[in-house]
Amino acid sequence: MKVAMTVNGTLESHDVEARTLLVDYLRNVVGLTGTNIGCDTTSCGACTVLLNGQSVKSCTVLAAQAAGDDITTIEGLALEDGRLNPVQQAFQECHGLQCGYCTPGMVMAITSLLTENPHPTEEDVRVGLEGNLCRCTGYHNIVASALAASGVVEMHQ
Amino acid sequence: MIPASFDYVRAESVDEAIGLLSEHGDDAKLLAGGHSLLPLMKLRLAQPAMLIDIGHLRELSYVKEEKGYVCVGALTRHHDLANSLVARASAPVLAHVAGQIGDPQVRHRGTIGGSIAHGDPASDLPAALLALGGSLVVQGPNGIREIDANDFFLSFFEVALTPEEVLIEVRVPRSEGQWGFEKLTKRAMDWAIVGALAVRTSNGVGVALINMGPVPMHARAVEAALASGANASDAAQHAAEGTEPSADFNGSVAYRRHVAKVLVGRALKTAGV
Repeated sequence: MKVAMTVNGTLESHDVEARTLLVDYLRNVVGLTGTNIGCDTTSCGACTVLLNGQSVKSCTVLAAQAAGDDITTIEGLALEDGRLNPVQQAFQECHGLQCGYCTPGMVMAITSLLTENPHPTEEDVRVGLEGNLCRCTGYHNIVASALAASGVVEMHQ
Repeated sequence: MIPASFDYVRAESVDEAIGLLSEHGDDAKLLAGGHSLLPLMKLRLAQPAMLIDIGHLRELSYVKEEKGYVCVGALTRHHDLANSLVARASAPVLAHVAGQIGDPQVRHRGTIGGSIAHGDPASDLPAALLALGGSLVVQGPNGIREIDANDFFLSFFEVALTPEEVLIEVRVPRSEGQWGFEKLTKRAMDWAIVGALAVRTSNGVGVALINMGPVPMHARAVEAALASGANASDAAQHAAEGTEPSADFNGSVAYRRHVAKVLVGRALKTAGV
């Protein structure tokens, strides 16, 4: 079936099987491999992308369901001149990652969280990240990154 | 994990969805947010030949108050219900429970109708529906009918919808009464190992249990004890009566029966009973 959606501001249109998951569409068809597959069971959040501005787990959305929608992946956050978005910048400054596998999903989840709640408390951040698992950091610096970025996130899509 | 092959069609109206269901029968399944169905399909526990996507029917996404009832469109996403000013003011327990489902990503996609029509005894919203004395509005080829929540959950993952019917609205009586909601999970985003919900309504105290049997259920013995004057801690001791919890790696039957009493006791206390 024909599926068309906007990915990071570019209109994408492809023939795919109806059963194609959004994460596989993004990685294998569009060729954006920044979105990781972790658990593949809606638990870990590594595959988090924005669908019409809201965080979703792209392993549990069909590409067909997202037809006509606006998708943002980790590749779509930095400005064209290469400057990082505030959440990415905060991860760098606060050492918000170790192995980096969960990081794209964490950054997308935090970007969505800060859009809904620009000035979260630490508790808000910890609860807001309950859908994202990290096996390295103990979350401390991830939460610190989110708090550092809070109030300065401006979506530029 | 990739689902088995299926045909996908996006319904542009409830009538079109009903027509497609009538045409394709048991081979077809409705797809709302997909957060119950797609995981089952990825595990190949469900292999429908056709998915009828109703997730884009915005006319079924609303929360409004009407004649003493809070009416929630079946395709209202958990995030939107949790943040609805109408729900927060007139059925705060429903908004709270919606905000405790899964995690933010799940709540951005999952819908109240999908969750309830799925009939999972471990899901949270049916408990709120039962405790509040709600009902379900369904539409089929012969028109619209309303089903009392007590008559909706028939058996394990089986509800009172005929194969051609679409759940279009969830209704609960306006309820500003105090309530308590307790959910035991190992990870924050998990389904409840056991859950309990108590809410003070105009008809007394509604108490419902999560994951204590094949269907979402009232804690009838607790409700009866309270109605006959028992205090909260005595009433909570009846929480496991009439339940049929299953055993799994999260806990034995005896453990779940014990936890139910503890959680009902806490929920009643929070509800000010």
